[in-house]
Amino acid sequence: MSTETLVPFDEALTRYDPVMGLEIHIELNTATKMFCGCPTEFGAEPNTQVCPVCLALPGALPVVNAKAVESAIRMGLALNCEIAEWCRFARKNYFYPDMPKNFQTSQYDEPIAFDGWVDVEVDGETFRIEIERAHMEEDTGKALHVGGSTGRIHGADFSLVDYNRAGIPLIEIVTRTIEVPPEKAPAVARAYVSYVRDLIGGLGVSDVRMDQGSLRADVNLSLKPRGSDVLGTRSETKNVNSFRSVERAVRYEISRHAGILDAGGKVVQETRHFQEDTGTTLSGREKSDADDYRYFPEPDLAPVSPSREWVEELRATLPEPPAVRRARLQADWGFSDLDMRDTIGAGALDLIVATVEAGTTPQAAKKWWLGEMARRANESGQDIDTLGITPQQVAEIQALIDAGRINDKLARSVFDGVIAGEGTAEEVVVARGLEVVSDDGALGAAVDRAIEGDPDAAAKIRAGNLGVAGALIGAVMKEMRGQADAGRVRELILEKLA
Amino acid sequence: MSEPVTGISRDDVVHLAGLARIDLSDAELDHLAAELPAILEHVASVQQVAGDDVPAMSHPVPVDNVFRDDVVRPSLAPEDALAAAPASDQQRFLVPKILGEG
Ligand SMILES: [Zn+2]
Repeated sequence: MSTETLVPFDEALTRYDPVMGLEIHIELNTATKMFCGCPTEFGAEPNTQVCPVCLALPGALPVVNAKAVESAIRMGLALNCEIAEWCRFARKNYFYPDMPKNFQTSQYDEPIAFDGWVDVEVDGETFRIEIERAHMEEDTGKALHVGGSTGRIHGADFSLVDYNRAGIPLIEIVTRTIEVPPEKAPAVARAYVSYVRDLIGGLGVSDVRMDQGSLRADVNLSLKPRGSDVLGTRSETKNVNSFRSVERAVRYEISRHAGILDAGGKVVQETRHFQEDTGTTLSGREKSDADDYRYFPEPDLAPVSPSREWVEELRATLPEPPAVRRARLQADWGFSDLDMRDTIGAGALDLIVATVEAGTTPQAAKKWWLGEMARRANESGQDIDTLGITPQQVAEIQALIDAGRINDKLARSVFDGVIAGEGTAEEVVVARGLEVVSDDGALGAAVDRAIEGDPDAAAKIRAGNLGVAGALIGAVMKEMRGQADAGRVRELILEKLA
Repeated sequence: MSEPVTGISRDDVVHLAGLARIDLSDAELDHLAAELPAILEHVASVQQVAGDDVPAMSHPVPVDNVFRDDVVRPSLAPEDALAAAPASDQQRFLVPKILGEG
């Protein structure tokens, strides 16, 4: 399977410069599909959201969804693009049963938005990513490959197709070539995808969920030998389903390309599939003659020519630009530059915003998201927003701490319970018996036993050496299995030994 | 744009047949390699009639911005959607195994 010779990332960078291109597909959250009135609900029973138009039955006539065009224009403007004065849809012809029409309706040389840019930040440094185009198209159906041994495409006996997703509005955002300091390439790729997620999410035009496929990223990569102007052959890695995977896919492809080039080989122009479990990519399909898609203007759909008035109206609906918003939040929250950098790096900005809105202080929200949640995400190899914990739940748990009912240590166990689906924070506290013991009678008895158990420490405290109180507090906390307010325990010890 | 097509080789026909997933015999390829250029020449003479000042047209009438409101309309019942399919299973269209990917 893997006969690939990989060159370690750091070593590859001593001889080659990576050249990247990123394609992001974003499914819009319109109520209906791009060209018909079928609903777009995620997870519906197969083939319950299809009609003659999206099944391509004879005589059906597609009509463009106005809301999708509006969303596309707003996205284009947010990406600092020009908006076309006039553009058309085009047929992308291919034979594959994920589209019943034998073509996908897309845009070819006349995208609705073009020539944009965004600035992304990595470790405090800003990188400008140029956007070549953002065009409108439709999503494809989902094929289930049945038979064979692996369930993968090769070896499948037949495929079962669900067209619910076919025709859902999709915007494809294509960058120009990205060349950054080689060691930064993986982080810049990740930061770009994360930035676009936040930007588009802020427009409210998409759910932008990588885990549900409403935001999908393809990573195109080639290597240039240092000092050479000759571009290498590029690979296109698909199936990259998290921000973390974007970074890993870039790293892996750099190592793989370097291995091939070092051995005097030729990189094959092909589609590759990212493997979440191993962090590697597997060969998909070689580019061939079949990629001659014979685009031509779609005769069934009228051209789109957004008036300049409409474009300006839509520009006025854009939210505050991300850089301005960040500066405002940083000031509101009293975060240092480093706090802010960590927040953005962890992809936690919107999570902290929502947690603060739910009533938590910015400091406490930061503590949980950048500490506990970032650690959990790291350990399980997930993105921080797919851990199964919401800002609302974090706020509920912090409220329990503020009320003195649990402490930070117990809160970790509450997080476990909430993530495991055991109910609300309140329910988990009750079911797991996590409430701190605030009953002075029970605490007092435990304090007495701790003092009896360590007469040395007790004598020192009596003599005014409060530094050893920690030993007694530790003994009490141990006996209470952590379910005590350490501050209250200290007070009781000092009272008794005064 | 209005340059007449000068010729189409037998290899071009093989390529086109491949794109269209049509399996052609050698005899058919020979036949089409001779016939297609004749057809294209006919079209080319029409192209010559339209001078460079006549833009290529993709739509019969000059109408832009034909939009629909984003309002849900009833979809087909799945049994109706699947009725015309040669085969189905698990409420899905059953298609022969796929070799290339889209
Ligand atoms: Zn439909």
